[in-house]
Amino acid sequence: MKATSVGEGAVLFQLAEVADERTHAAICALDEAIAAADIKGVVEVVPALINLLVAFDPIQTDHGAVTAAVQALKPDVAASRTPQVHRVPVCYDPELCPDLLEVARLTNQSVEAVIAAHLGSEMRVEMYGFSPGYAYLRGLPQSIHLPRKPAAVRDIPKGSIIISGAQSLITTLTMPTGWWVIGRSGFDVIESDAPDPFVFKVGDRVVYERISRAELGV
Amino acid sequence: MAVAVLKVVAAGPLITVQDAGRFGHMRYGVPASGPMDRLAFAAAQVMIANRADAAAIEVSLGGLVLECVEGEVSYAQAGGGFAGGWHVATLRAGDRLRVQAGTWGSWCYLAFAGDLARPKWLDSFATHAISGLGGGAVRTGDVLRIENAEVRSAREGSYDAPPQPDQATPVLVTPSPQGRHFADDAADVFLGSTYELTDAFDRMGVRLDGPSVVLNEALGIPSEPIVRGSVQVAGDGVPTVLLADHQTTGGYPKIATVLSCETDRVAQMRSGAQISFQTVTPEEAVIHARTVAEARVSFLDVCAAPRASLDEKLMQMNLISGAVAGSEN
Repeated sequence: MKATSVGEGAVLFQLAEVADERTHAAICALDEAIAAADIKGVVEVVPALINLLVAFDPIQTDHGAVTAAVQALKPDVAASRTPQVHRVPVCYDPELCPDLLEVARLTNQSVEAVIAAHLGSEMRVEMYGFSPGYAYLRGLPQSIHLPRKPAAVRDIPKGSIIISGAQSLITTLTMPTGWWVIGRSGFDVIESDAPDPFVFKVGDRVVYERISRAELGV
Repeated sequence: MAVAVLKVVAAGPLITVQDAGRFGHMRYGVPASGPMDRLAFAAAQVMIANRADAAAIEVSLGGLVLECVEGEVSYAQAGGGFAGGWHVATLRAGDRLRVQAGTWGSWCYLAFAGDLARPKWLDSFATHAISGLGGGAVRTGDVLRIENAEVRSAREGSYDAPPQPDQATPVLVTPSPQGRHFADDAADVFLGSTYELTDAFDRMGVRLDGPSVVLNEALGIPSEPIVRGSVQVAGDGVPTVLLADHQTTGGYPKIATVLSCETDRVAQMRSGAQISFQTVTPEEAVIHARTVAEARVSFLDVCAAPRASLDEKLMQMNLISGAVAGSEN
């Protein structure tokens, strides 16, 4: 495991060159092992795709001590936390999903086939980024993989289900995006009043359930 | 309960409510946010004798005009060389306070003797500007309510701002965690060049202008964690220094990491300013951070000394010397 010092208060631990499910499982196991070890001066850990960042207070400790403590851990993938499965309701009403037709055309299939492929996917929560609650999910079937659009489209509403490559996201605020909008959900990744309001933990699974526009209520 | 009500007569862009920061949620996409200049923010709170985690208003170069429409409240102003200098004074109904840019600096803090009635998110007033989560933006027409408003005359007076940082002093960085993603000479170009801050400058970061840093395999890297101070390079080869509202992960390679304790100084520079960088080892980075932390404690101790006591001391000295003089006669 390669360790690189980042600024005065972080070490980046790299587990592999390429992102895949095995690497991600190892990152999740290391994340849990660090949390359990309660290493002096460590303030937070950010898991990502091929690496994990450990941030620390440079008044209390330093890169060498943190690196040694993390490298001494013996994370056990087999004993990792069982991921929780979240069911996310999705409405595929074409009026709310401006790209559904285009995705079907570009992937040479019917709109219903695109929806079926999306509903059949089991997504893994890979990482958060970009903005609060913005959880990157991976696991879309090959049949609906598309590169992102050449230019971003503005004002895509909160709750949009957007896809690009093998990834999908539930947007948490109205924003521009170059990803394809194929669904809309009332699901909130951030439960605003909870003390720990982030519904998805990195490593969790997400499955989609089809709902009607009436059920969505938009 | 005393309440002071302040009307926002005029507010420039990028003015927000901040506290010391929202820590521990980067794994959920939430950067710490908080003040762009953490020392000036902390000084404002100490000057007005508030808790270190109280809310304050972060004023941008655009400036802010407030009018007290009800009640009375003391406030502290601290930040760069903003007009009026670092001071504590009291606003009473009818008074206007104009906070505007001065000789140097891009951000200034207004802390009030009382509780700024604005929403918290995840137990923090810090505003994440893009999402608006936290205490939120301060805009023209807003009405600010200060609850438990107090007049703290003992704190009133002027305070010494730290000297303007010398822009010729290079900003300290640790080397790229991803050297392999850049052309062989990229680090030399970055470290050997002087860049200019552009006006693409907000709470997320500041884009630089200067020699391109060439990427080897553009944009192919898996997204990875970002910290305050990461210098990320987009496909066009232009470096951007990420600041308080940085994204927590991203797929652009980083050419270096500005020490977090150096980001206050970067944030207080203005568009058009020159900036250069110098690498330090991780060991030197930690030593520097500890030195900065010690200097910060000393500086805040000076800010904590009550102003009025100096006047009182002088008065006492006068009285005593008068009494002594009298006894001699």
